[in-house]
Amino acid sequence: MLTTDNGTKQAPATVRRITRPDAAARSRGGQRFLLVGLTLASVYSLFPVWWLMVAATKDRVGLYQSNGLWFSGWHLWDNLHQLFTYEHGIFLRWTANSFLYAGVGSLGGTLLALATGYGLARFEFPGRNLVFACVVGSFLIPIALLTLPLYLLFSQIGMVDTPWAMLVPCLINPFSVYLAKVYTEATIPYELLEAARIDGAGELRIFFSIVLRMMTTGGATVFLLAFVNTWNAFFLPLTVLRGEENWTLNLGLYNWSGKRLESGVDLTSLVLTGALLSIVPMAIMMVAMRRYWRTGVTLGALK
Amino acid sequence: MIRSLRWKGAAFTVPFQLGFVFLYLLPIGYAIYQSLYREQQSGLGLGGSTEQFAGLDNYQQGLTDSAFMGSVLRVVLFACVQIPVMLLISLLLALLLDALTSKVAGRFRLLLLVPYMIPGVVAALVWINLYSPDVGPLTPLGRAFGFDWNFFAPSMVWSSIGNLLTWHGVGYNMVIIYSALQGVPRELFEAARLDGASELRVALSIKIPFIRGALVLTGMLSIIQMLQIFNEPALFRNITPQTVSDSFTPIMIIYNQAFNAGNYHYAAALSVLLALILGVASFLFYRLTSKEAD
Repeated sequence: MLTTDNGTKQAPATVRRITRPDAAARSRGGQRFLLVGLTLASVYSLFPVWWLMVAATKDRVGLYQSNGLWFSGWHLWDNLHQLFTYEHGIFLRWTANSFLYAGVGSLGGTLLALATGYGLARFEFPGRNLVFACVVGSFLIPIALLTLPLYLLFSQIGMVDTPWAMLVPCLINPFSVYLAKVYTEATIPYELLEAARIDGAGELRIFFSIVLRMMTTGGATVFLLAFVNTWNAFFLPLTVLRGEENWTLNLGLYNWSGKRLESGVDLTSLVLTGALLSIVPMAIMMVAMRRYWRTGVTLGALK
Repeated sequence: MIRSLRWKGAAFTVPFQLGFVFLYLLPIGYAIYQSLYREQQSGLGLGGSTEQFAGLDNYQQGLTDSAFMGSVLRVVLFACVQIPVMLLISLLLALLLDALTSKVAGRFRLLLLVPYMIPGVVAALVWINLYSPDVGPLTPLGRAFGFDWNFFAPSMVWSSIGNLLTWHGVGYNMVIIYSALQGVPRELFEAARLDGASELRVALSIKIPFIRGALVLTGMLSIIQMLQIFNEPALFRNITPQTVSDSFTPIMIIYNQAFNAGNYHYAAALSVLLALILGVASFLFYRLTSKEAD
């Protein structure tokens, strides 16, 4: 069931319009129960985010002494200034790194995945099933089984602690390949490829000027999910990045939150402001592209 | 298909295949190779160390290592509680959404998905501070009602992590279950309603059986994730190292063996063992849930 939000949901909605008043009339109390339940769940979902936003506007005194769920003074600008100037602006560096790894890594990974998915979906060649079996089988491999030997191999070729150690693993993403294959099957008809071949277009030209163009939606979904995955990554960067100039936001915030016990420096205020900022790009991207990632989420579920 | 076309098609997948060999197969092979060796101090430990073939010794050590097996057991027990709770809440919310008109449902769905948009590490940081007796609002809230909560105490820490994971995971699972519910043919329960079945009855005997596949799938994904849990306990350890030891979960042990103890060989064996445990667990879960259908 590859539903896009606008596509298949229309049908149930029309059926529903007929049935709903009847059901509602039967149980007004039931309807109230629904709304109360969902409202409670929404409050539970949102209050930590609200608390984080409030906390980012407080100075240290306010953070420790005022009610956490309401404002006390407005120190957001001070906090931001402190965050961006702490240790010569290392936070900006981490932000740039996160964007670099997630952006470039996912872009390359998406292109590779689209080509692979297209090859798997629209050509028959010996070993095709084996390649696909590898793709699906790799979903079960624990991250430690890959990351530790990768670290050893990378350190032998001097790649540990360079941006390449993050970028190269992002290029090969089996889940992206799986999605790309499913999208190709849904959007690229065989007849179209045949017609292009009869017109004399080469295979590369067909891929770059027809297939990629028709796969914009699928490609955007694959890119978005890969971007989120890399942005959220923790175990891989923790393992392969040592010096703090190469860290990601996640790694930096993790390190700051441990400083208090490690060296007695309390960076709670910086951690919270930084945490809030690190959500912003995710939130913007997810809301702007929600049409894509919702299909991706449900598709991923059907593997 | 024409022969030349076949090979051109295969060529599209070659870059990925090469990458897969170097970034998946080679590392796994290397880990298995490493797991069969051990480091041997030569002489009086002065002349450095040499690698020596150890057969399955590392595996035997892992299977009898009470810290490792204990961490596996700990995570499995935790999974047996947290995953059903999280999936039940997700199912309940999906059913509630499904009973609403799609416009209202869309609004609630977006609100309930907000936690999913937050990176796992940041979610953990936020909850750690919410739990914190110094800056968090939960401790004073508990006191107001006469509870003296300490979220980082040994008896509470799993509940604290469980709540964090549930908060973070409910939205995602709810979306999967909800979109499966959207696929249930409406005619199925129109008939039941006409026969006077209550909404609860319709949910229990029509909707839930129909979306079993989605439930099995969310369960499977959760199990795979849970056995590899690392981020949340690692962040809790930052705050409360007395409660969350460095051998709290299997991956934490593997990480420590590799990077703090410098024992790559043993760490490699443990990660192969964890992969096998993961495979067995997924297989058992799959068998168990598909048997119920018959």
